[in-house]
Amino acid sequence: MNYVASIGSYAIMIKEVFKKPTKWRIMKSLILKEIDELIFGSLGILIFISFFIGAVVAIQTALNMTSELIPKNLVGFATRQSIILEFAPTFCSIIMAGKVGSYITSSIGTMRVTEQIDALEVMGVNALNYLVFPKIVALLMYPFIIAVSMFVGILGGWVAATFGGHSTSADFTEGLTLDFIPFHVTYAFIKTLVFAFILATIPSFHGFYLKGGALDVGKASTTSFIWTSIVIVILNGILTQLLLG
Amino acid sequence: MIEVDNIHKSFGDAHILKGVSTTFHKGQTNLIIGQSGSGKTVFLKCLLGLHSPEKGTISYDGKAYSKLNTDERRNLRQEMGMVFQGSALFDSMTVEGNVRFPLEMFTKQAKSEMQDRIDFVLKRVNLVDAHHKYPSEISGGMQKRVAIARAIVMNPKYLFCDEPNSGLDPKTAIVIDNLIQEITEEYEITTVINTHDMNSVMEIGKKIIFLKDGLKAWEGTNKDIFRTDNEAVTNFVYSSDLFKKVRQMYLEERN
Repeated sequence: MNYVASIGSYAIMIKEVFKKPTKWRIMKSLILKEIDELIFGSLGILIFISFFIGAVVAIQTALNMTSELIPKNLVGFATRQSIILEFAPTFCSIIMAGKVGSYITSSIGTMRVTEQIDALEVMGVNALNYLVFPKIVALLMYPFIIAVSMFVGILGGWVAATFGGHSTSADFTEGLTLDFIPFHVTYAFIKTLVFAFILATIPSFHGFYLKGGALDVGKASTTSFIWTSIVIVILNGILTQLLLG
Repeated sequence: MIEVDNIHKSFGDAHILKGVSTTFHKGQTNLIIGQSGSGKTVFLKCLLGLHSPEKGTISYDGKAYSKLNTDERRNLRQEMGMVFQGSALFDSMTVEGNVRFPLEMFTKQAKSEMQDRIDFVLKRVNLVDAHHKYPSEISGGMQKRVAIARAIVMNPKYLFCDEPNSGLDPKTAIVIDNLIQEITEEYEITTVINTHDMNSVMEIGKKIIFLKDGLKAWEGTNKDIFRTDNEAVTNFVYSSDLFKKVRQMYLEERN
C-alpha cells in the first residue's frame, strides 16, 4: 500500500515541478549550475570507467574465442554491441544513480532538514520547480556524456585488443563496422533520455519528502540509489522489448 | 493585523489545536509561549499558510486566507517574512545572495536599486562586513541577523519568528530581541514570535499568548504576566527560582 501511495506522491510531485515557473533569469543560472555539477562533474568518472569496461569486454571476448571458426573481427563487433546497447546507456545510468542520484537526494534532503525548503515555500516560491526543474533540464544533456562514454568504451576495447595482442587493428575496426544498425544508437539514446528523467526525479523525490534529521539524509540517499537502479533496470527491460523486440 | 478565529488542526488522531482565537496587532511584538508539544509550532505554521486548519479562519488585514485564490495567496506570502529557528539560510549563497534572493525572485528592481536595498537592510541589522561570506563562515548570531535581513528586505507587513534566540548566548539573544522589536515598531509590522525564552517574554512581550494542550490558556502583556494568578502560566514562566524571585520583588514593589 505504501508503494502505491509513493507512486501517487511521485506523480503529484512531477505535476508540481512544471507549475508556477521560476523567473527565467534565475532559472537560466540554476540550469547552467546544474549542467556543470551533474553533467560535466560526471564526465571524468564515466570516461575512466568506460575506457576500462570497453577494454575488459574486448579482452574477455578475445579470450573466450577458442574456436578457429569464429572470425577475428568478432572482438570489435562484440565490444561495439555491448558498449552501445547496454554498457553506455544502462550500466552508466546505474553508476550515475550512485553519483548524481546520491548528490541530488542529499543536497535536497539537507535543505529539507535545515528548513531551507520551508523558507522557499514561505516566500511563495514553488520549491519543486526551483529545485527539481533545473536538474531535469540539465540532464537532457545526459545523452552527450553517454555518447562520450560509447566512444571511450570502444576506444578502450581497441587499445586493449590491439596493444594486448588479442586482435589486429584492422580486424577490430572491421568488426566495429560489421552489420552496423544505426537504430541501435537511436535506441540507446531513447533509453538514455528516459533514464535521465528518472535520474533527476526519483532522487529529488526522496530528498524533497524526507522526514527526520541528518541520519535520515544518509538513509534517503541509499534508498534513492536502490529505487533509481530498480526503475532503470525495469524500464530497460520494457524499452528493449518495445524498441527492439 | 492578524485575526485568528477558532482554529483547529489535527494530524491523524492527534488533535493539536483545539480552537485557538486571538488577534495580533500591527507595530507590536506578539509572543506565543507554551511547553513543548503545546501546539506553538503548528499554530505558527498555520499562520504562515504551511498548514491548513480544518476549522476556523485566519484573516490578514481582513482577508481570510482560506478564501484567497492561488495568486492572492502568493501575493500575501510575499508580504510575509519568516525567521526560522535554525535561520534556514541558503548555504549555497553568500550573505548578500541570501538577502538578494527575495528581491530577485519577486521584484523587477534594477541591480543598483537592489544593491542599495541590500546594503540598507544589512546595515540595519548591523552586518556591514559580511556581504561575501557564506552562512557556514559566520556565527549563529550573525546568521540570525542575516535571516532577519532576508525577512525584512521586501518590507513585509507580517514577520514571523520561530525561536529566534535558540542556540544564542544571553547577550546576543537580547541584541536579536531588541532588533526585532525596533524593526517591528519602526516599520509597523505585525510580528509574531514563537519562543521559550523568558527574557524575551519579559523584554519584548507586548502581547503574549500562552498555549496549553492546543488551547489558549492565557493572554496578556509582559506586565500582566507578573500579576496573573493563572496557575498554568505561573508554573511555566516562573519555573526557575530566579524568575520566582523577580516576580516576588515586582509584586512587593507594587504593594
